[in-house]
Amino acid sequence: MDGIRARSLPAPRVHTVGHVGGAPIHYPHGVPDSWISDEMRAAVGREYGSARKSLPISLSDIRRWALAIYYPEAPPRLFWDEEYAATTSYGGVVAPEEFNPFAWITADGPNLPTNFEGAVRGSGPEGSLGIASPETNFVLNGGIEMEHGVRMRPGDVITSGLTKLVEYRERPTRLGLMLITVTETTWTNQGDEMVRISRSTGLRY
Amino acid sequence: MDAEVGQELPTFERMSGFHAWNRYAAVNEEFVPIHMDDDAGKAAGNAGAFGMGNLQVAYLHALLRQWMGDEGRIVSVACQMRAPNLRGLRTIAGGRVVAVRPEGGETLVDLEVWTQTEEGTVMTPGTATVALPAG
Repeated sequence: MDGIRARSLPAPRVHTVGHVGGAPIHYPHGVPDSWISDEMRAAVGREYGSARKSLPISLSDIRRWALAIYYPEAPPRLFWDEEYAATTSYGGVVAPEEFNPFAWITADGPNLPTNFEGAVRGSGPEGSLGIASPETNFVLNGGIEMEHGVRMRPGDVITSGLTKLVEYRERPTRLGLMLITVTETTWTNQGDEMVRISRSTGLRY
Repeated sequence: MDAEVGQELPTFERMSGFHAWNRYAAVNEEFVPIHMDDDAGKAAGNAGAFGMGNLQVAYLHALLRQWMGDEGRIVSVACQMRAPNLRGLRTIAGGRVVAVRPEGGETLVDLEVWTQTEEGTVMTPGTATVALPAG
């Protein structure tokens, strides 16, 4: 009998975890009342990961970035025309402020591919902090704040410092109980000048 | 260059779709199923595949650069990802001046910025501060 019961499907169970627009939201039983564990709460303020150094930025990297962003129109000449850029106050080509010099390969070698298939676990900072990750299934980019310093130029080597866990919070949404994680990273160049401070908001549910 | 409170920036507009997303994926090494595969986008609770939030951030930067020209300086940009930029939508980046203030010999301008669809759905509401080029 135990075997028969074990094979029968359990009745769907739901619980109410919040409200959106006045209507109660019922989530499947697997969704906890909170994603934030005590050890996650205790980790707020800690830094994690390791510093990364880019390879020297190439003019081609900058040109291709600008072409991708401005497609299907031509990007500003400042990002691809050396002769023109030399006449500006920058004295040469600079990168668009949002440029990422860490794509594909860094001074440590090629980036290893990330497996985004299936359940997304460990996509937050918990693994690097040595604590258990919440069992969320999806991850989204919730937003970003960028403070820009000096411009990135061809030949620059950019260092991304350790990342700081700034905040966890959560709220009920139509997609589920949303775990919101805010992290902060600072980039500097080879002259130790601030290039960018990025504060990222990750959403998991 | 001058700016006045309430002034609207000329929009920066692009079509959302794989032609733009694939180019951005190639330069930012951002190959995530929700940006490549309708089934993955649906599984994540959306109508299908949708574009990268980081590309929306880039469009906000392009909006500011288009307005200021090469000699302007973007001090900061912040935005939230509120709605997906689905295939076939026209992404319209816009901005409005909310404050103009002198600081350290520069003229800083605070702006409300956003991307929205043609129907008016705001996808990425945000804020920005720029330093205007002198003269």
